[in-house]
Amino acid sequence: MINMLNKMKQQTKDKNKKLKPAKKITRPVLAYLDNAAATSLDKRVLKAMTPYFSDIPANPSSLHAPGQAANAALKRARKSIAEHLNGHEDEVIFCSGGTESDNLAVLGTISAAAKFIKTNHGADAVPHVITTAIEHHAVLEPLLHLQKTGVIELSLIHSDKEGLIAADDVISAVKKTTVLISVMYANNEIGTLQPIADIGRGILKYRKQNNSAYPYFHSDACQAAGYLDLNVEKLHVDLLTLNGGKIYGPKGTGLLFVRRGTKIGAQILGGGQEKGLRSGTENVPGIVGLAKALEIAQQERIKESTRLTVLRDRLIKGLLKIPKSRLNGHPIIRLPNNVNISFMDIEGEAAMLYLDAKGIACSTGSACASTSLDPSHVILALGMSYEAAHGSLRFSLGRQTTREQVDRVIKYLPGIVERLRLISPVSLDMSHFTNNQ
Amino acid sequence: MNQSQKPLDITARQSGQSGFYSDVVKEHFFHPQNFMENEEGYEADGMGMVGSPACGDVMRVWIKVDPQTSRITDCKWKTFGCASAIASTSMMSVMLTENGGMTLDQARNIKPQDIMERLGGLPVRKIHCSVLGDKALRMAINDYYRRQGEIDKIEIEQGRVIDKVLKITDHDIEEAVLEGADTLEKVQNKTKVGTGDPSCIPEVEQLIRFYKEKYFG
Repeated sequence: MINMLNKMKQQTKDKNKKLKPAKKITRPVLAYLDNAAATSLDKRVLKAMTPYFSDIPANPSSLHAPGQAANAALKRARKSIAEHLNGHEDEVIFCSGGTESDNLAVLGTISAAAKFIKTNHGADAVPHVITTAIEHHAVLEPLLHLQKTGVIELSLIHSDKEGLIAADDVISAVKKTTVLISVMYANNEIGTLQPIADIGRGILKYRKQNNSAYPYFHSDACQAAGYLDLNVEKLHVDLLTLNGGKIYGPKGTGLLFVRRGTKIGAQILGGGQEKGLRSGTENVPGIVGLAKALEIAQQERIKESTRLTVLRDRLIKGLLKIPKSRLNGHPIIRLPNNVNISFMDIEGEAAMLYLDAKGIACSTGSACASTSLDPSHVILALGMSYEAAHGSLRFSLGRQTTREQVDRVIKYLPGIVERLRLISPVSLDMSHFTNNQ
Repeated sequence: MNQSQKPLDITARQSGQSGFYSDVVKEHFFHPQNFMENEEGYEADGMGMVGSPACGDVMRVWIKVDPQTSRITDCKWKTFGCASAIASTSMMSVMLTENGGMTLDQARNIKPQDIMERLGGLPVRKIHCSVLGDKALRMAINDYYRRQGEIDKIEIEQGRVIDKVLKITDHDIEEAVLEGADTLEKVQNKTKVGTGDPSCIPEVEQLIRFYKEKYFG
């Protein structure tokens, strides 16, 4: 018996050994320029969240006092978010982040519309969905899957070569069976802003003229939330996706705004939380943090946009001095924090790692940095060549970004590109930036 | 295939590791050895090149050979590609020239697995980035024999070339299947086949089915 106990103790010890502390970053990060991938947690957000980790441990569905305290916090968060979106409290559905929110919007509205389409357009009819070729994978992948399995008919709208989607292109693709249009507010890779309000107005007009509840309009605003107006009445969206981890809030938090009256089916079933649309015990500290993060982001967005636009343009100007380089996306109609540039004859991951060695963190659209063998679908959709997509680097600035950090990139990147070009056997001329096939 | 020839089980060996690069890979990536700084005036005895910038990897290898001993006395290279591609070519050039240099016969038998082992492994999804260096080398060796007029010593790639851009052969696909890749995606992760020449994909799928049935029933 004692032997067994000792053995168990030993096992516990071994287990504890496995729980290693977080790996320390050995080099100082001198310029974190990957804020489109993940932002740091704002200290004010952390402070707002702290009581809900331990002091108020309860499940907000519980009727006892601690449960009611948690429930009250949840309500306050919902109210604050609804105010920032100019919507109603019952229109906010909390979930685990941008991907889940996008999936719920897409899969939920399509599943709810399938019967309607069959009743109104015949048993062979399937819902038609419109989205863009430069959409985030969290929208594209579920839609491509449904298209492949014959559940929907899908139209992909192409952008112009600067990444802009024309509202008219979207509206003219609408047909009687169209149930959903999904267009992102700002692109995560190239930062291009889309005319959401124009598309929204066009959809409203179509619905009115045809006396139809469809098509619904969804927009992924994960990257836009820190810089743009999220007023759903001005944007005319029925569904809007937000992610806490991109706006200095907690990772693993997000929400879907669902306008009253929108027919949508749940994708996660269980205890019926979030109006039955997203079962699972609410992440109270996360939701409190998400609300605080959105509040700060919206309060500071204009000031922060002005500050970052200057730094963004400084970085673009500095980096385009490198020979055989080209900006991806529109030069002005883009997020204040996004810089995406392709460098010919080099591979993005190699450049990214050399920058990392100089304490600069960024990302790349190269295939080698992704899990697939294809480079960025967004840069290819701009009509750029595979070569240009492999050689693309994205710098996404943020609240901590300073002019010194931007200048650090301008100082080190030219030498890195030069060195990698020296190692590279490839030397293409500028005509290879675009796909001429 | 007998026991001694069995390829290293890269996947299993790696699964305990993180998806990041080993110190050896980093060393060769940040301080690449033997790369061709200046082609002008370099008199190579043989040169080979594979890949295309569109599919993300290009490798070019130059060798100098001592005709008396058939040993490689110098090897230079240039690589367009990610960290693992650059580090693999750099390591290959070291392996070829260390200890007095490999003989051409030894050099011909270098496998991506040998290079990876010396690098301390590569993240699983990066293995395909390292499989082109040895192909460029074998082309350089053939080029050497061609220049020497020793046509009989030229060895055509084992098997039949399936992907004409990346010079991937049916033999490469067979090895990938033997190492456990049973879908097109998994074979591509190991060999990159079809990214340079997508028209060969139907044939690749057929070959995967064929080798799966041959070895696993």
